[in-house]
Amino acid sequence: MLRGKTYKFGDNIDTDQIYPGRYLELTEPGEIAGRAMAGCRAGFTAVFETGGIIVGGRNFGCGSSREHAAIALKHLGVAAVVAESFARIFFRNAINLGLPAIRCPGITAAVHEGDLIEVDVVTGSVVNLSQGGRELRGEKLPQFVLAILAHGGIIPMWQQRLR
Amino acid sequence: MHALEKILAAASDRSSVSPGEIVNAKVSMAGVNDLYLQVIKSFRAMGGSRVREPSRVVFFLDHYAPAPTIQSAANQKVMREFAREQGIPHLFDINTGVCHQVLLEAGLILPGDLLVITDSHTTTHGALGAYGTGVGATDLASILVSGEIWLRCPEIVRIDLEGCVSPGTMAKDLVLYVLGRVGADGAINQAIEYTGSAVEQLPLEERMVLCNMAVEMGAETSYIVPSPEIIAYLRRLAPSREFQVPETSPGYQYAEVKWFSVAGLEPQVAVPHSVDTVMPVAGVPDTPVDQGFIGTCTGGRLHDLEVAARILRGRQVSPRCRLVLIPASSRVMLEAVKCGILQDLLTAGATISTPGCGPCLGAHQGVLAPGETCVSTSSRNFPGRMGSTEAAIYLASPATVAASMVTGRLTDPREFLFGTDACL
Repeated sequence: MLRGKTYKFGDNIDTDQIYPGRYLELTEPGEIAGRAMAGCRAGFTAVFETGGIIVGGRNFGCGSSREHAAIALKHLGVAAVVAESFARIFFRNAINLGLPAIRCPGITAAVHEGDLIEVDVVTGSVVNLSQGGRELRGEKLPQFVLAILAHGGIIPMWQQRLR
Repeated sequence: MHALEKILAAASDRSSVSPGEIVNAKVSMAGVNDLYLQVIKSFRAMGGSRVREPSRVVFFLDHYAPAPTIQSAANQKVMREFAREQGIPHLFDINTGVCHQVLLEAGLILPGDLLVITDSHTTTHGALGAYGTGVGATDLASILVSGEIWLRCPEIVRIDLEGCVSPGTMAKDLVLYVLGRVGADGAINQAIEYTGSAVEQLPLEERMVLCNMAVEMGAETSYIVPSPEIIAYLRRLAPSREFQVPETSPGYQYAEVKWFSVAGLEPQVAVPHSVDTVMPVAGVPDTPVDQGFIGTCTGGRLHDLEVAARILRGRQVSPRCRLVLIPASSRVMLEAVKCGILQDLLTAGATISTPGCGPCLGAHQGVLAPGETCVSTSSRNFPGRMGSTEAAIYLASPATVAASMVTGRLTDPREFLFGTDACL
């Protein structure tokens, strides 16, 4: 169960907004995290509190396949991303890095910026503690995907297999 | 089964697959571009020491060609060393071009192949009858380690485009029109097959534009049944490799069929800042333009340059704007030199840069300043995509970009095309 303060974004937040192309040459996770959301909310990393949860609209993470977008959020300390829907490659990247990405139709209307929410990664349930405990049923992740998350991503998974 | 499902089934050693199933699929070719040093970092972090099948791996130095910064040069250096050390036979260096074009030219992708590249526009290869899909760096690293990747078999949607394509209208206009109706999230996790009389008329280069932009609707992959001419062309490119074109079983049930009449369709444009806010060029209020960009895996092939030259030949780029022109590959550039197209475009005032991705992703070679407007043959007009978040990007066909360069404002190319010249 994850509990965190929400940071809310709109529909079609593409990976250029999450992580602008001009920083793609960077390779150190710490440096990459420092540019998270630089394309849509200047100064985001200064106000973000570790353990926070990103709430996205439709098609979150659309566009480029850049893993930097997921790396930036993960290493900034984002606990999970909950969105109306995810673009496919961003979803894979997040899961592969061990960053839970939960599809939850209705989340935009149910959450205000700064609300405290609780996310059950296994069942997909999302509870808004700031709105009287209102519960939304997010999509349950396939077992295969949950196994990747349980390992903390595919890097630890492969580490274990190759050992 | 659909041809795409047959590719996935064969790659995962199964007799069949159906939408929603997750399979471990053996990849025919895995590609890494120079934005993704992370591939090598993840490979090492996984404990990888030797790449499982070096002959099925290809590196492309195309996004930073040639390197504009010390950091990008250092990343490319590590990639060259890695490819050498691992015995990876294919590394397309900064003198070759955009991955999706050079793979085709090298005859490395054929019908029935499963292609995975760290580039979202890998859907392009559906025009060759291949299953092409984009992934991130760590996903690709798992292929280096194992030769396989997990994929979820997509639902397959058919987009049927019927009618005779009008003079002055290109594949880019067709796909922008579809994108405007389907939406940027209209095909998430699905595969798009294009069919119909309008598609059948198109040559390979134009079909690649349709498949390329499928990812802008969220698609996992895309497909067009290759014509006999395309199959013959691919056999000439790869004479030593046998291949079979997978065929969709008769009576296959698509998840959905979307039908569009494109007869008489006017040139289209996606206006800032979304790929699916699409309207006819003629319907956009007067828009002065600072930069035109003709290039990329979407709009930098020989046909695109040739269409631009038809409009710009004997005319000049307006003094109020600049035209950045970047052939998709060195081979495209060479062909354009041979047939005089490049001379015509240079004479008209174009700025020509090294084949590669150019300013499409805002890295170099023509990024935009705050307040500037660009009309581009590329695929994305997100805020900040080509530089400043305060710049505006209009996506259009090469014909529309060329016409807009003559007038210095967003312009319907039909004003400049007459007689046989009008058939693009």
